[in-house]
Amino acid sequence: MSVTEAPKKYTKKDFESDQDVRWCPGCGDYAILSAIQKMMPDLGIPRENIVFISGIGCSSRFPYYMNTYGFHTIHGRAPAIATGLRLARPDLKVFVVTGDGDGLSIGGNHLLHVLRRNVNVTILLFNNRIYGLTKGQYSPTSELGKVTKSSPAGSADRPVSPCAFALGAGATFVARTVDRNVAYMEETLRRAAQHHGAAFVEILQNCNVYNDLAWNVLYDRESKIMNDLRLEHGKPLLFGPVDDRHGLVLEGATPRVVRVKDAPERALWVHDDGNTWKAHVLSQLCTPDFPIPIGILMQVEAPAYEEVLLEQERAAIAERGPGDVAKLLVSGDTWRIG
Amino acid sequence: MSDAVASPATAAKPRRQLDRAVVRFAGDSGDGMQVTGEQFATEAAWAGADLVTLPNFPAEIRAPAGTLFGVSSYQLQFGSRRVYTPGDRLDCLVAMNPAALKVHQRDLKDGGLLIVNTAAFEKKNLDRAGYTSNPLDDPALEDRYRLHKVDITRLTMDALESVPLNVKEKERCKNFFSLGLVSWIYTRPIEPTVAWITKRFAKNPAFVEANTRALKAGYHYGETAEIFTECYGIEPAEMPPGLYRSITGNRALAWGILAAAERTKLTVVYGAYPITPASDVLHEISLHKRFGVRAIQAEDEIAAVGTIIGAAFGGAIGVCASSGPGIALKAEGVNLAVMAELPIVIFDVQRAGPSTGLPTKTEQADLLMALHGRNSESPVVVLAPMTPGDCFFVAYEAIRIAVKYMVPVIVLSDGYLASGAEPWLIPDPKTLPDIPVSFRTNPEGFAPYVRDEATLARPWVRPGTAGLEHRIGGLEKENITGNVSYDADNHDLMVRLRAEKVRRVAQEIPPTTVNGPAAGDLLVVGWGSTYGTITAAVEEVQQSGKAVASVHLRHLNPLPPDLGQILRQYERILVPEINSGQLVRILRAEYLVDAVGFNRVRGLPLSTEELREAIEQLLKEKR
Repeated sequence: MSVTEAPKKYTKKDFESDQDVRWCPGCGDYAILSAIQKMMPDLGIPRENIVFISGIGCSSRFPYYMNTYGFHTIHGRAPAIATGLRLARPDLKVFVVTGDGDGLSIGGNHLLHVLRRNVNVTILLFNNRIYGLTKGQYSPTSELGKVTKSSPAGSADRPVSPCAFALGAGATFVARTVDRNVAYMEETLRRAAQHHGAAFVEILQNCNVYNDLAWNVLYDRESKIMNDLRLEHGKPLLFGPVDDRHGLVLEGATPRVVRVKDAPERALWVHDDGNTWKAHVLSQLCTPDFPIPIGILMQVEAPAYEEVLLEQERAAIAERGPGDVAKLLVSGDTWRIG
Repeated sequence: MSDAVASPATAAKPRRQLDRAVVRFAGDSGDGMQVTGEQFATEAAWAGADLVTLPNFPAEIRAPAGTLFGVSSYQLQFGSRRVYTPGDRLDCLVAMNPAALKVHQRDLKDGGLLIVNTAAFEKKNLDRAGYTSNPLDDPALEDRYRLHKVDITRLTMDALESVPLNVKEKERCKNFFSLGLVSWIYTRPIEPTVAWITKRFAKNPAFVEANTRALKAGYHYGETAEIFTECYGIEPAEMPPGLYRSITGNRALAWGILAAAERTKLTVVYGAYPITPASDVLHEISLHKRFGVRAIQAEDEIAAVGTIIGAAFGGAIGVCASSGPGIALKAEGVNLAVMAELPIVIFDVQRAGPSTGLPTKTEQADLLMALHGRNSESPVVVLAPMTPGDCFFVAYEAIRIAVKYMVPVIVLSDGYLASGAEPWLIPDPKTLPDIPVSFRTNPEGFAPYVRDEATLARPWVRPGTAGLEHRIGGLEKENITGNVSYDADNHDLMVRLRAEKVRRVAQEIPPTTVNGPAAGDLLVVGWGSTYGTITAAVEEVQQSGKAVASVHLRHLNPLPPDLGQILRQYERILVPEINSGQLVRILRAEYLVDAVGFNRVRGLPLSTEELREAIEQLLKEKR
């Protein structure tokens, strides 16, 4: 990224805007906002070169609270708007803030394409498994049978896994993090922001008004022991109590939970975040049969869309010089009268 | 057979001078009729004629051969006087197969020249076209038209005997035989076509040889075959001196964008999703990466408008083109640009609808959608080019207005302008009006919605400017501060400000040109691609001494400030449109005048003859 050196060392405060934050008291979004504001100085990017773009929904109010450039756009379209901005202004660092409804329902198509094109943007998807701003309808990540105002008999829709979607779309960086683990979230967000290409982070977030404790398996002191699977590159995938660690093994393409003490050490699945095949398997793991992978599922390098286009532009100019409209108008067949 | 190109002067047969002629080439969609027509238009233009063309092709890429719906045609009118339309009735029809004859025969004037390729009139093709017997055997056809039965296929094959190509390849050259023949009949020079063939098939000398031979064979056939007793000459038209080229509306739109990019030195982001008949703009733009115009083929119409809004937020010019169905999908995006007060330009290359409608046919029925087809109060500027060449200037003007007023602009082109061509006096880009762009950099007194006094535009700030970090969005803004505001009075104020900003664009509109007397019995008011038809019809009526004038609007929102005054100078007002009456409603509502419509919604340009009759009828009914 071709940004100039930061003129000064920022603090979290430099990224706080003058607007009152208007999320419900107790919303998981506060923790995410705080983690991002704390992480921003580490990027070393001048504040004026940073743009937050969002769609519609509770999460999409985010740009108003960041003291950077920001654009609160329309429902689901933030990825498209960010793509146009990046192509016009490849010198800017662009974040997209979206939610499970904004990103995966109305904006599913745009999310698919920003990921497959590998546009150099950092995408933060706040997943609270509910529509909050419209007051509590089921979302595309709500579990099957979810009882809400719009599904009193239980939802009939099978949920989508955001990380599996992102991998399927061809994302080059896919991670998952949890709103209640601020330090870990900060680290994941930093690495996502530093990725070259489209980085996708699913942030498991609590809506304490319409879907309280949707991620309780990862909050509750007891249950998280068996459900929180921390991903560390080069380390075995381990979870469970200290005195009875569990791990994962792959039998062919099928994952299986094992007790570490029952398995030979070399059989344990060691996380390799450069392995796209295994990332697809990881993205499918969910409770109750498996723990939930938290961390970077995969990160690989690939050319960014806008950089390929800009390279074509540079090559065309290098070959034939910059365009000249006067010459263009008289190119091809012309004839003179009078 | 001589290989030399015969010049008109050596043609031994008598030559009759004409003012103008209307010629149509029609055949199967695989017969190369578009190329044939385009090349004939080039030849006519080289010889100094004024002309207007009308390509007409099926929506299917390769419709089944020989069928009625697979017929493709290319019509042009060329003449020694100013030509405004592709013509209503044909002087000459070339029908390459029975289906083409069946579809187009009714447009040929009685006594008109009918050239048919007899080889195609065999059982299979006759069946496909729904003929129970061969129409060429019907004496009535010969009574009604000057029928020339030519075995174009065999003559082409004979001429190509020694060329090393297979039968199928040779047969495909027959369109150039037809072109050669018609070129002789109308004494058009074939040199530009020879040059075109040489360039087009440069990689395959056998094709150059074959097509050139077929062309010349057709030309010489006209000269030597005894069936053609005369040929026609058309003097060069009196046109303003200068360098000319042929240009289609879609290419002119694309070039207008490039000219604005060059003048402003700004990046242009062109976001589009393929759609007939607007895709050629995307193709053309994509060819010119050297001009700083960055094209995105977006995933859908909504994303296309999204990308250009993002670009405009970044300080670039955002432009996209689509057609009606796509424009409908962009409504929400346009409104974001209305609310965020960002400069974007959207071209609607209108086609016949509703829904998928008739994708390759023209219509003017998106005017009310452009003006009102979005939720809530959503004022945007609306412009419409009058001719293919005018698309260049209107594209440029649209960008100029968008960045000056920080407002979305919609430009209404249509299928007829998009693919129609005309000789175009090439402008000097230096003579185009300036497009001043200034980005706000001074933090002192800055707020996102402080306004310029003259234009009411808010400042355009490029992200990356230190000290001006700010947030905007689709929620209602407090005037000046740009903060989210739910205040009732502020909303009322902002609704009025957004409307007033668009109204002030009226100060950019030059005095309206009135074609004809400044007062009189009837004023014909049009917009968009009907310019040619209206002007031709009005001039015909004027020649009979009637007090009739016409006005053609390029600015549809806001309307020209002098329009109301002009309307009141005439007894009656007639508004011809290719829709069921849209501008006429606006004129009645805005000016309380008793305007009446002339409406035909057939997917085709209006007919000059029908319009002239309507004008004469209205004059008779004069109060």
